[in-house]
Amino acid sequence: MSLVQMSVSAETATSPQKRRRSWLSRLTGPALGLLLPLVLAVGWEFIVREGWASGRLVPPPSVIYATFADLYATGELQRHVLITTMRVAAGFGIGVAAGTIIGALCGSFALWRRLLDPTMQALRAIPSIAWVPIFVLWFGIFEGSKITLIAVGVFFPVYLGVMGAIMSVDRKLVEVGRAFRLSDLAMVRRILLPAVLPSYVIALRSGLGLGWMFVVAAELLGASQGLGYLLIDGQQLGKPAEIVSAIVAFAIIGKITDWMIVVASAPFLRWEDRFSARTEAD
Amino acid sequence: MLVLEGVGKTYRNGVRALDGVSFSVEPGEILAIVGGSGCGKSTLLRAIAGLDPPSRGRVLLDGEQVTKPHERIGIVFQEPRLLPWLKVADNVGFGLEDRPRAERRERVTKALTRVGLPDKAAVWPRELSGGQAQRVALARALVPRPEVLLLDEPFSALDAFTRVDLQDHLLDLWADARPTLVLVTHDVDEAIVLADRILVMRPQPGHISDEIAADLPRPRDRQSAAFDAVKRRVLTALDRSLTPVQREQEPAGAALWW
Repeated sequence: MSLVQMSVSAETATSPQKRRRSWLSRLTGPALGLLLPLVLAVGWEFIVREGWASGRLVPPPSVIYATFADLYATGELQRHVLITTMRVAAGFGIGVAAGTIIGALCGSFALWRRLLDPTMQALRAIPSIAWVPIFVLWFGIFEGSKITLIAVGVFFPVYLGVMGAIMSVDRKLVEVGRAFRLSDLAMVRRILLPAVLPSYVIALRSGLGLGWMFVVAAELLGASQGLGYLLIDGQQLGKPAEIVSAIVAFAIIGKITDWMIVVASAPFLRWEDRFSARTEAD
Repeated sequence: MLVLEGVGKTYRNGVRALDGVSFSVEPGEILAIVGGSGCGKSTLLRAIAGLDPPSRGRVLLDGEQVTKPHERIGIVFQEPRLLPWLKVADNVGFGLEDRPRAERRERVTKALTRVGLPDKAAVWPRELSGGQAQRVALARALVPRPEVLLLDEPFSALDAFTRVDLQDHLLDLWADARPTLVLVTHDVDEAIVLADRILVMRPQPGHISDEIAADLPRPRDRQSAAFDAVKRRVLTALDRSLTPVQREQEPAGAALWW
């Protein structure tokens, strides 16, 4: 068999297989990820129903669902979700604003960077929970200290992301702006901002993730409402289903808010020559 | 008229990249600057563009000193340097931001048609081939109608076929408004195909060593005897520009042989 024949026959042999695989993966791709949690949930439900385990400390899915639905029906869940979301929103807003401004200053001007960055890095090295006692003294035990803690958590990833993004803007593109005699403001608007946007979105997303982390810490350490309070309440009253319900609520709103950033930024990032965009298209 | 008077450039680390470069370019003239790598050709072009002003001497455009990017001077870089977040049409219209939308759209459409890419207006730069991207860069530089267009080895990253195609294209575009072209290249054929006059540069520090007229009739035949004659002269000049360095090494080598 000649080389050409061999390669042709090899091609005809592989192509239907390839097609079948892509068809199969398209159908089962998302479903595949659900397989493990579903098997575990159904299995545990079955075990508890059969009476092989009490399910008192690890409630089966049906009990969790009932608790969740109950909390929702009484309006308690909405109240806790609302107050927690408000705290995250306020802290996120403050953290993003401060991180963006200081990050932009340090990324754009070497003097500011030399002046501020060492202090920022030192502060970043402090485990953020360590701030709680002093924040409580400074800002009181109510919203002030909680929002400040969340803002601190959000600040650092945004600050680092913005600074790094500005410092790594392609010098050659900046030079195009110079050749077209852009003013400083036009340079920021037409070259720097669009160039920085992809990393900025990533910085916002990691900042938001930390915001949700820190709101739990803040609420665990003393709150009368909020999802973190629900966690503590469930622990103290021995209601594991309530704890899991709060965790599920965290997962849902965390995912939704992250998704909101992704959707809001997507129209501005369609130009990206991304690795993932290519693999998705295949 | 573009005039250079004793232009020199010394970098902050003490490297003398250029020294005493003086020449003038008539309006509508095509000037090629050839030389080996590291002879300061790009430094010279960046000085004319106002991107890196010279440390000595002056660059004058119609008597006005150029110290920063000038609105009547356009530049095409070695890479297309298109802005990836703008569609091709917006890249071409980048220098027309202050014009009314209708005028901008009309001039962009015309320019894209002129470079042979009318159907690529709504495409992202990432979807263009290297040659197409460089055409868009050419259109972007030409759309504001510069009087002087600087080209820094604009076709060196392209394959041979695309390069020849784009050289012809550049001449076509040049014929529209006849701007002054200053082209830096290390490709001798390219210099002869395009230029009216060729300056040969010598390194350490960069200066002009020879000036060769390439007044062949256009369009130029790359295979003609006259073309070959000019090419031989340029190559001889380039060769001469390298020999002093070699001659210095010879005695040392001979001594070591003993």
